[in-house]
Amino acid sequence: MLLIHCPYCEEDRSELEFRWAGEAHIARPENISAISDEEFAEFFFLRNNEKGLTYERWRHIHGCGRFFNAARDTVSDRFLMTYKAGMPKQPVPETGASEKTVETYEATEGDAR
Amino acid sequence: MVDSGANFGSDIAARTLPLAGFHGGSSAARLETAPPAERISLRARAEDVGALSGALGVALPVKPKTSSSANGRTALWLGPDEWLVIAEGNGGLMQAAKNSGVLHSAADVSHRNTAILVSGPGAAAAINAGCPQDLSLKAFPVGACSRTVFGKVEIVLLRTAEDAFRVEVWRSFSDYAFGLLCEGAQDASL
Repeated sequence: MLLIHCPYCEEDRSELEFRWAGEAHIARPENISAISDEEFAEFFFLRNNEKGLTYERWRHIHGCGRFFNAARDTVSDRFLMTYKAGMPKQPVPETGASEKTVETYEATEGDAR
Repeated sequence: MVDSGANFGSDIAARTLPLAGFHGGSSAARLETAPPAERISLRARAEDVGALSGALGVALPVKPKTSSSANGRTALWLGPDEWLVIAEGNGGLMQAAKNSGVLHSAADVSHRNTAILVSGPGAAAAINAGCPQDLSLKAFPVGACSRTVFGKVEIVLLRTAEDAFRVEVWRSFSDYAFGLLCEGAQDASL
């Protein structure tokens, strides 16, 4: 079971208390009625879906109820840090976090040919 | 057609509690239904906490996972701007909040919730059957409280003594919560 640090409860809690809430740091356009359809689609539908480091919104829905931001590695499924909603995108602390905890196809089968 | 009200008497509005008649538990963890209580779900800004605390007669805690009790009322921290206030019996909580004179939101949830009292040496183990929180005395001391999950339902958990907890649960989920607590209590006694 994953433990997620809630920045409002100030402790690690079980993933069961949390909900994923999409990509973080997406700013709503200032004048949304003036933008083109393409720009609206970009803002509303298109997400980066990055492999590796990604910034996401999470909600402690069965706890304090708060939304917050999290930096997560989508390869290792490891939470690198969390911080309160409304704060600017935070740099990920350097803790030698490039551990390869998940065996990928490329890593295990890449040389099999 | 009702010809007269003479036949109805007090039975017309008999109150049935959500867990009336339920009993369970084991030698390690006793389960009891809590008597009816008045409850409000309270939300307010940080600057209004002092005025509301004074009006309610109980200090609203501002530290995560803590509660405070005074004058038969208990205030539980649920979130940075959210509290659950419980009063024994009919405590006039709504009026007291209104008397504070500051901006707030108070919803009477007395009948939305019911409570199960879990006590005994296996109380924490019985709750941990469905709750992922660390209930050791170090992480969850007496007076600690938290909204969390219990199996498939959401609960508010309050530690009232070293071996006693109050489980606040929505009344429509109380049947499930009581059943799962019974299972947990049996496992705790093995």
